[in-house]
Amino acid sequence: MLLLQCPYCGVNAEETELAAGGEAHLKRATVGDSDEAFEGYLFMRENKKGVHLERWRHAYGCGKWFLAARDTATLEVFGTYPAQTTEPPADVTENIRAKYPDWSWKETA
Amino acid sequence: MSTRLANSGRLIDRSKPVEFKFNGKRFKGYEGDTLASALFANDQMMVGRSFKYHRPRGVVASGAEEPNALFNMGEGGRFEPNQRATTQELFDGLTIRSQNHWPSLEFDIGAVNQLFARWLPAGFYYKMFIHPRPFWKHVYEPFIRQSAGLGQVPQEKDADTYEHFYYFCDVLVVGGGIAGLAAALKEGQAGKKVLLLEQTADFGGRAVVDGVEIDGKSAEAWVQDTLAALNAMPNVTVRNRNMASGVYDHGYVLGYERLTDHLSDKSGPRHRLWRIRAGHIITATGAIERPLSFAGNDIPGVLLAAAVRDYVVNWGVSVGDRTVVVTNNDDAYRTAIILKNAGLAVPAIIDARASGAGPIAAEVEKLGIRVLKGKAIAKVKGKTRVTGVKVCLQAGEGSVIEEIACDCVAMSGGWSPVVHLWSHCGGKLNWDEDLAMFRPDPSRAPTGADGKAFVSTVGSASGYLSTADVLKDAGLEVTTNEVAAAPLEPVWLMPQGAGPKLRMKAWLDYQNDVKVSDVQLAAREGYESVEHTKRYTTLGMATDQGKLSNINGLAILSKSLDASIPNVGTTTFRPPYTPISMGAITGAARDELFQPIHKTPMFDWHDANGADWEPVGHWRRTYAYVRNGETVHDAVNREILNVRENVGTLDASTLGKIIVKGPDAGKFLDMLYTNMMSTLGVGKCRYGLMCNENGFLSDDGVVVRLAEDTWLCHTTTGGADRIHGWMEDWLQCEWWDWKVYTANVTEQFAQIAVAGPKARQLLEKLGGNMDLSKEGFPFMTYVEGKLGEFDARIFRISFSGELSYEVSVPASQGAALWAALQEAGKDLGVMPYGTEAMHILRAEKGFIMIGDETDGTIIPQDLNLQWAISKKKEDYLGKRAQERSFMASPDRWKLVGLETLDGSVIPDGSYVPAPGYNPNGQRNVQGRVTSTYYSPTLKRGIAMGLVKHGPDRMGEVIEFNREDGTMVKAKIVDPVFYDKDGEKQNV
Ligand SMILES: [Zn+2]
Repeated sequence: MLLLQCPYCGVNAEETELAAGGEAHLKRATVGDSDEAFEGYLFMRENKKGVHLERWRHAYGCGKWFLAARDTATLEVFGTYPAQTTEPPADVTENIRAKYPDWSWKETA
Repeated sequence: MSTRLANSGRLIDRSKPVEFKFNGKRFKGYEGDTLASALFANDQMMVGRSFKYHRPRGVVASGAEEPNALFNMGEGGRFEPNQRATTQELFDGLTIRSQNHWPSLEFDIGAVNQLFARWLPAGFYYKMFIHPRPFWKHVYEPFIRQSAGLGQVPQEKDADTYEHFYYFCDVLVVGGGIAGLAAALKEGQAGKKVLLLEQTADFGGRAVVDGVEIDGKSAEAWVQDTLAALNAMPNVTVRNRNMASGVYDHGYVLGYERLTDHLSDKSGPRHRLWRIRAGHIITATGAIERPLSFAGNDIPGVLLAAAVRDYVVNWGVSVGDRTVVVTNNDDAYRTAIILKNAGLAVPAIIDARASGAGPIAAEVEKLGIRVLKGKAIAKVKGKTRVTGVKVCLQAGEGSVIEEIACDCVAMSGGWSPVVHLWSHCGGKLNWDEDLAMFRPDPSRAPTGADGKAFVSTVGSASGYLSTADVLKDAGLEVTTNEVAAAPLEPVWLMPQGAGPKLRMKAWLDYQNDVKVSDVQLAAREGYESVEHTKRYTTLGMATDQGKLSNINGLAILSKSLDASIPNVGTTTFRPPYTPISMGAITGAARDELFQPIHKTPMFDWHDANGADWEPVGHWRRTYAYVRNGETVHDAVNREILNVRENVGTLDASTLGKIIVKGPDAGKFLDMLYTNMMSTLGVGKCRYGLMCNENGFLSDDGVVVRLAEDTWLCHTTTGGADRIHGWMEDWLQCEWWDWKVYTANVTEQFAQIAVAGPKARQLLEKLGGNMDLSKEGFPFMTYVEGKLGEFDARIFRISFSGELSYEVSVPASQGAALWAALQEAGKDLGVMPYGTEAMHILRAEKGFIMIGDETDGTIIPQDLNLQWAISKKKEDYLGKRAQERSFMASPDRWKLVGLETLDGSVIPDGSYVPAPGYNPNGQRNVQGRVTSTYYSPTLKRGIAMGLVKHGPDRMGEVIEFNREDGTMVKAKIVDPVFYDKDGEKQNV
């Protein structure tokens, strides 16, 4: 059962008080965008074995959404950060690169 | 025979005799006994029958690894199957029955299976029962069900209570043997918050049984001193009868504490499940002795060598008078010494090693015990108990050299570290060729959130077997009186050249009746993966999860495959370590606490007035208010007609109510709803639709503009939390610069729909300061003020098609308002109505219901709701998806009304078949019913449904299927069956 620290309230939250929200940093495609772009937004996911950026809500806590960088294979957590950003903050990226020097995330590389 | 010895028994209290019942017979034991030791004391060697062949079985071990001695325990509400005699402490009044036999343990019909053993090899059930198909249902399955299962299923509700307990510590030490005690002491002295769990009642593990001296002190004294030191430390908590059952991600551990299992007094919780978060976990779980695979190794009286001495030292019982020790290592010699010193006979030690033992051999010689080197057991003699052994060369094929009479065989095939907890979260193992064991590899430990190891092992769990090595691993340098051991010699089959006849009697898995020959057959039939072999042969799949059998089976498999043991690998270790009760997992979450029920403020009134309850999400809503002599159906029809003719009240408090407020609230709601909400005038109401990004309808409800910057959004019952979460998701993660607050106030308000031609009259009777006239309070607006003495918001909206008001008051006033409406409405004929009446009233009006007309694949356009989709808006959630070609296709099924020709009700779930079959061989379909009811207003069946090109087929008659294969004809009509022009609601 995972432990993730909520970056808003600081609680080291148990998985049971969190709700998973899938991949982070999706770019919303909408009216005017191509079918391909819209398909990518709706359906195409990284599904990584390795470092994944993902959404979590502190559902049975402060109610805030936050993002986490987590290794889906080893469950190592490289950091959690507020959702109001389009890319992971530098310290989180640094933590990831300390372990995986070549790591990059889609266009946020 | 097995008996109680005159002396010894460090755990029993001979001044406290207790009585228990075995298969109806009265037996005696002492406090401190386990059920197993007490059975031995009463010379009850045979304790059950095996699963497949129903062979007589006796106790093999003395701890959690016991595969045979499982019992139906207790009676009535405390009956439980598969209780392990070796871990069950004796108490006065304990009642057990042996399992898996009929009609009795001594005479068992199922034992004929043994005669057919040649035709019941591995995979038998798979091969035999697959064809012919119909036989499965009528012949094979009933047969297998009859013969399967070890114990019986409890018939009564569990009489005990259980609880959960949360615990947080820096270090969790699992195991109260010397390694665990030393590790806990070290961590405690370092100032860590330490929890030490021991699964049994006492501490010290093997060291105290084997009489080791540590730094000149007896192990017993060393253990008591260390325990005292730990108990004196405020930062250390020590718990016995508490088994760490599983290690989970990020340092989560479940501890299974047995509180009353050892007591006659069953008051208080029976089990407590510890939900532990540990910074680090040290497993000091010791090692388990392995059986040897020789013919007849399952006959009662054949035990693990260490268990035989446990019974003597701990409980003062001897398994037999004459014990033959058979071994491939030095440790079993201890058993011979302890037995001899207890005054029992040890006719021989059969040592498979040609070179024999190390210095311990001299001790044995001094006691006059005969040692046969390079020898093996060809066969154990006896049926329901051991009568002797036939001796042969280990190197040969089993030619008998001599026979030795004995009534107990103490076997040792070496030791396997208990690596379960290490492995649960992915800790890896190395094969140690010299010790013939899998040992934890500290460089490949389970890793936690920080990427670092969060589990480590200590002592025998690391693979160290001598006391000095064990304590050194725990960071303690000591001197002991133990002598050095000669190397073990791996023995996977005894004798090594045993032929088919012997291999068919050499058991690997006692509980599941898997023999050496079964694993070899699986290998011959092409099973190479250990995971597949396990499932094919059922090796290690019983309740003991192969604690004794796994390594031996693996070795046989690897030999059959000509592969090395590490290359074949182990099966996966999964929690729990030993079975834990369902009650402990459930904890207090049973009965009314299993899932707390949401109740509206008027719940008690409904309950007292005939409510037939219906679960809606976590809420309980009234389906109908049933009066004396009425059926539920009668009540529903009465309630509907009364709304149409007089006035009814509906408890609508469960509707979701979300306040959306802020400078950007209008802009936000325009994105959320398909309609335009920013232009809604203050004081006005508008019906709105919400879609997800796939374009599918997700929720609907009336939106009210309360103030310039404030909207109140009604959601469906059960949709409140989901929609509130949905709003927050968009506000926090996508449009985080928009200035909007949301608040879910669903439970802060009670809401009552007052519907029917006399609705206005009823509200006016309550008085107050609001103008409720047609002109002063038009349709789709709201007013706020005093309704009688109540603080009310009234929305003039209608879900029934009648003149209707929804009155919202603070939750605390809900019950009083409801009562006041019933009282004031008496002469107007007011009646409460329930959810079923509400459903039918709305269906008569052709209003859709989320979850009936929608199923997660329906877009508003399918339901002819284009009028609720703003064409002026550039964007809203779901808009882009609704432009996709599939969504815009004219071939989508669309909403229509349906009128059966014979007035009957179309069955729920009916489809409209179309000619031909699809590629899966299923009948093509062209539509289905979504809502179908008997309308008491129209006195006929009415329905709505989704039909291909439906709106273009008005007047056409189509056929719906019934379960009995007949069809019902229905005409496609307008979905509004009642008051098509909406005159009734606008008076
Ligand atoms: Zn939080």
